[in-house]
Amino acid sequence: MTEIGLGHYLTLGAIIFSIGVIGIFLNRKNIIVILMSIELILLAVNINLVSFSIFLGDLSGQVFTLFILTVAAAEAAIGLAIIVVYYRNSGTIRVEEINKLKG
Amino acid sequence: MIAHSIFFYIFSIIAIISAIMVTASKNTVHSVFFLILDFISISCLFIMIGAEFLGMIMLIVYVGAVAVLFLFVVMMLNVAQQKNQWFLSKSSSRHIPMGLIISAVIFFELMIVVGGWKYKPNLVNNLPELNNELSNTHLLGQVLYTDYIHIFQISGMILLIAMIGAIVLTYRQREGVKKQSYIKQISRERSEGVEVIEVASNKGVKIDD
Repeated sequence: MTEIGLGHYLTLGAIIFSIGVIGIFLNRKNIIVILMSIELILLAVNINLVSFSIFLGDLSGQVFTLFILTVAAAEAAIGLAIIVVYYRNSGTIRVEEINKLKG
Repeated sequence: MIAHSIFFYIFSIIAIISAIMVTASKNTVHSVFFLILDFISISCLFIMIGAEFLGMIMLIVYVGAVAVLFLFVVMMLNVAQQKNQWFLSKSSSRHIPMGLIISAVIFFELMIVVGGWKYKPNLVNNLPELNNELSNTHLLGQVLYTDYIHIFQISGMILLIAMIGAIVLTYRQREGVKKQSYIKQISRERSEGVEVIEVASNKGVKIDD
């Protein structure tokens, strides 16, 4: 209990990953919250990579985390730009009313 | 060691609760604030575990840039009338059990992987020992600029492309706004700008358009 090992960090990552997945599934109102859930999922992946990197003594995990951070920032910027353009064109970002793609 | 575990539990509980609040909060602005709290507690965990550089980068990139970007967009889009109204309409609550089932399945799969995972014997011994005299940032820099230099350059390109894409997507040319046009100013010639007129005395000049 008092000894914090790799399993604790992996469990934390798994919990946050699952919460992100729940957020994507349950939230049907606001598409910005879905983007935030994707950020949570990326955060969980980062926790896994960093904890493996520390406990196994290999630096590659931290380097990959750095690149994941880069990609996450780019993805957030592009996603928010798309949301802004969509809101300007259609006046809503409710998930239920976004059906231009007829998907 | 006791302090380490106490801090781990504090930060992880804060992280989990704020992650739940991100998805469950009715107000989108509150969700963004809980997202910021989540990033801060996770970066505290990173600093605690020994990855100081990544913890600080996380604070700078996520809290300083991404979360503020979210905040700006949320405040710009006037989502006040679009608050989350869960469980109110019948049609939108159909998928809730399905989402819970799927995420529970994912969680249990991850738990099975974590619980059944073991070190390969001799794996830890074969790894090169990290140099403990150098700081985490120093070690990362040594690896990042030598072994991973190409990926590093590519990630810079990704950021550049994302910036260009975001500008192209949101740029809008407005009607009726006067702007300076440099190309027009530069390409103007003397022959079309200046005209020499013979002025007859007592007649004045009539400018025709």
